[in-house]
Amino acid sequence: MRRHRFRRWLSLHRRHEIRDPIRELFLFRKRLWLTGLAMLLIFGVLLGRVFYLQVIAHQQYQTQAENNRIAIVPVGPSRGTISDRNGTTLAQSFSAYTLELTPSRIDRLETTLAQLGKLIEITPRDLRRFRRAMDESRNFDSLPLRTKLSDEEVARFAVYKYRFPGVDIRARLYRQYPLGETASHVLGHIGRINDRDIEQLTRSGSLLNYKGTDHIGKTGVELSYEETLHGIVGFDEVEVDALGRAVRSLTRVPPIPGDHLQLTIDLRLQQLAEQALGESKGAVVAMDPNNGEILAMASTPGYDPNLFVEGIDVANWDRLNTSPDKPLLNRALRGAYPPGSTVKPFLALGALVSGKRTPEQAISDPGYFDLPTGAGRAHRFRDQKTDGHGRVDMHKSIVVSCDTYYYVLASETDIDDTARFMSQFGFGQKTGIDLEGEAIGVLPSRAWKRERFSGSRYREEHRRWYLGDSVSAGIGQGYSNATPLQLAYATATLANDGVSYRPHLVKRIIDGTTGQTKEVLPEETRRLDLKPAHLAAIKKAMVDVNREGTAARIFKDAPYTSAGKTGTAQVFSLRGERYIEEQVKHHLRDHAWFIAYAPAEKPVIAVAIIVENGGFGARAAGPIARALFDYYLTGAQTATIPKPDGDSEGWEE
Amino acid sequence: MSIRDHFSTVWLRFTRHIDGPLMAITLLLLAVGAVVLFSAVLPDTGRFVQQMKSIGVALVVMWIVANIPPHRLAQIALPLYLVGVLLLVAVAFFGVTVNNSQRWLAIGGFRFQPSELLKLAVPLLLAWYFQKVEARINFGNFLIAMLLIALPAWLIKRQPDLGTALLVAASGFYVLYLARLSWKTIFLMVATAVPLIWLLAHDYQKQRVLAFLNPAADPLRSGYHTLQSQIAIGSGGLTGKGWMQGTQAHLDFLPERHTDFIFAVYSEEFGLVGNIVLLMLYTALLLRALMIASHASSLFGRLLAGAITLMLFTYVTVNMGMVSGILPVVGVPLPFISYGGTAMLSLFICIGILMSIQTHRKLVST
Repeated sequence: MRRHRFRRWLSLHRRHEIRDPIRELFLFRKRLWLTGLAMLLIFGVLLGRVFYLQVIAHQQYQTQAENNRIAIVPVGPSRGTISDRNGTTLAQSFSAYTLELTPSRIDRLETTLAQLGKLIEITPRDLRRFRRAMDESRNFDSLPLRTKLSDEEVARFAVYKYRFPGVDIRARLYRQYPLGETASHVLGHIGRINDRDIEQLTRSGSLLNYKGTDHIGKTGVELSYEETLHGIVGFDEVEVDALGRAVRSLTRVPPIPGDHLQLTIDLRLQQLAEQALGESKGAVVAMDPNNGEILAMASTPGYDPNLFVEGIDVANWDRLNTSPDKPLLNRALRGAYPPGSTVKPFLALGALVSGKRTPEQAISDPGYFDLPTGAGRAHRFRDQKTDGHGRVDMHKSIVVSCDTYYYVLASETDIDDTARFMSQFGFGQKTGIDLEGEAIGVLPSRAWKRERFSGSRYREEHRRWYLGDSVSAGIGQGYSNATPLQLAYATATLANDGVSYRPHLVKRIIDGTTGQTKEVLPEETRRLDLKPAHLAAIKKAMVDVNREGTAARIFKDAPYTSAGKTGTAQVFSLRGERYIEEQVKHHLRDHAWFIAYAPAEKPVIAVAIIVENGGFGARAAGPIARALFDYYLTGAQTATIPKPDGDSEGWEE
Repeated sequence: MSIRDHFSTVWLRFTRHIDGPLMAITLLLLAVGAVVLFSAVLPDTGRFVQQMKSIGVALVVMWIVANIPPHRLAQIALPLYLVGVLLLVAVAFFGVTVNNSQRWLAIGGFRFQPSELLKLAVPLLLAWYFQKVEARINFGNFLIAMLLIALPAWLIKRQPDLGTALLVAASGFYVLYLARLSWKTIFLMVATAVPLIWLLAHDYQKQRVLAFLNPAADPLRSGYHTLQSQIAIGSGGLTGKGWMQGTQAHLDFLPERHTDFIFAVYSEEFGLVGNIVLLMLYTALLLRALMIASHASSLFGRLLAGAITLMLFTYVTVNMGMVSGILPVVGVPLPFISYGGTAMLSLFICIGILMSIQTHRKLVST
């Protein structure tokens, strides 16, 4: 019964009904046309939907379609070139094809890499570099796998391109340093933009300008003139398909190329300096005292900046970064060494200016200076010449580089007065050269010492200034520290009678578009009030250093007059014992200094040279100055740099 | 008899079973289809030529079917159904697996999808059955009808191809509906079917439904297709971007643009005006088919013509609804417009059946 009721409820109970065909047909048609009406209603809904999409929401979808279709592709400007003062190219940009992968669009990266390897030669080094780049970037970036593809490789890949979604060939701008290691520290290098650069660019508000750029200056001129060299980004408005491939270009705002730099560096002089330094560690700075132009700035060992452009591989990085020779260090700019005897002419000038000494005033040098330490005891400061120089006046003190003379002078002069005078020659401060990361060295004074030992692990006795500190500083030792650049600047200031110019590396800026040149004008930094008589006394002594003094042999038969001063920076304190070069390990040997300018009458070049562990200044550093002067003043190339004899006899200071 | 008379006699005999209005509407739809397909297949015009060939074959088949009187069609209903079910069983055992579903039978290098056949065989069989029992829907008939629908639907569902299974079930259900199944039963069936379908649905299918409910939440995955097609339709605006000018279509943003999503290409290039024209053509087609069903001389003819009308309506609605984003994504082509030979063939068989029902009625009544 229950089932029957269910059937009746479902109207499935008409088995025995007598059927009326007319009524049946009427009921069928009723249902049929009711259905027709429902269909029309539903079509109405469809029409309403389409009306909504195409009329009411049209604007929104129009925008979305345009956003789909149009991509703004930034176009990086071409980076300006860098040349030496005579126009020889030192850094240039060129365009070449790269094979690039977008990891986010590649399903199986390893398989793709393996298959690409069969088509185009990919070295393990390329792979390592690629993986490193992948770690450093977000994975929707396009990353270079192989650079500088040949035309043949491009053609070969083009045939099989369809097999490699997410792999593209692109024309990219490259940086090349055609001379390799030459002037590497001056030029510096560019490298791929990393997160820190992005942070920096964001802060300076120039991130947008780097949208199409992969590289940025990391060191050297490439870094300090980044803004000038880079240029202004352009934009391509392109139509893209669903895979992001550009179909055609719509509008184009071309990039404005970066400006070219012409350096003050004289490439020949630079190469000469690097060759002269040879295998030694050291630095040479040569500048024009009349305007501050840096003519050569060498630091050895150097490195090949080309290695850094596309991201340096691990092996090369480790080699450069962990080498005890520190090839990445720009010694000319950042190497601070005790200036040694090279400070003597400046200290002597200070004594003349302050009236502490007259040129004629002389001491008797027994070969040492005893500084009383109280209770009848004394600390003995030794001269290089153990039996003393005898009677020594100011002229002789410079020519033979008598230490005792300066021990006495220092013991009678307040260190703060000395510091005040020396700071006028740029010691203890930045020269203001157009390179980043300049070291300031140390110009010792009471204030400096107090500051230096202000840490809580030091006590008052560490912070106090002792007369012994003054005596050490009196021969450029002790706390004294200066960079080759600072010494070159000080020498140039002296050579130019107290008028100094800011050292700079860029001579002119050439507009990347119009080719118009803008000269970098010399910028006077100081004009010291010095008496001609005082200057003449010091300069005469320095001329005689090269004529009859410690550097006489080096400048024998030079067709010009030059002035110089040798110096030796102690690496290792022998605690009063005699320094015998052959008995000291090479890396503990003294550093050789030489400062010089020429021609003495009207200087056009001033140099500061250091050769690490070179021993006596005259022997290792002096010949380099001779070679530079010969070339720069006479155009002659010294066939062989005069090498003094092995023994120190006649070369001592 | 002059040659002219002779010719006109041949012409009359040739077109005796062709329904003029239906033919005209169909040809207009084909013309629209050809225009949009040409744009949609670019740059592969070979597909366009292929489609034209398929249409040619389909027209011949339509003519043949139109010339078969409805009672002969009723006679082949049961054998066709049985063959269809057997083929489905064969698919389960020897079928070719593509994309994880076993839907095809390979016969001599020719791939054939038996489920397509059932879309026609099921309404044919049910129309025949209810003609036989004079549309008496008692409990036993109802149960038998349900079984006849459920068997192929279940076989197709386990291929798995839930979409086609639903369409086959719907085609059978339309006959039941037209045989005046009570509204209460219809309501009850719908009420049980909806949760059942959700239960049977695969995860990816549920995903599609969820993506349909909120396409913007996941624009690059499941909802990508409909989002892009809505952008295509919406950006078409009132008059469209012009033939072959659709950026969504030609820059590959539209998926399946020459098959299931061709409506988006059409909408983008011809705009609202084009859509109104298309919907008017479909309305005309459906009205003519309803008229044929309404005037059919036999119960078999009425039920079959009505069911075919509803199936055509279903295809159009499901496709447009899916492409315009008001229905979830189901692989249903747009009748007469989408690329595809098999679909075109079954469509023209349907048109042929409608013509047969219409034209043989006249002969019977005179």
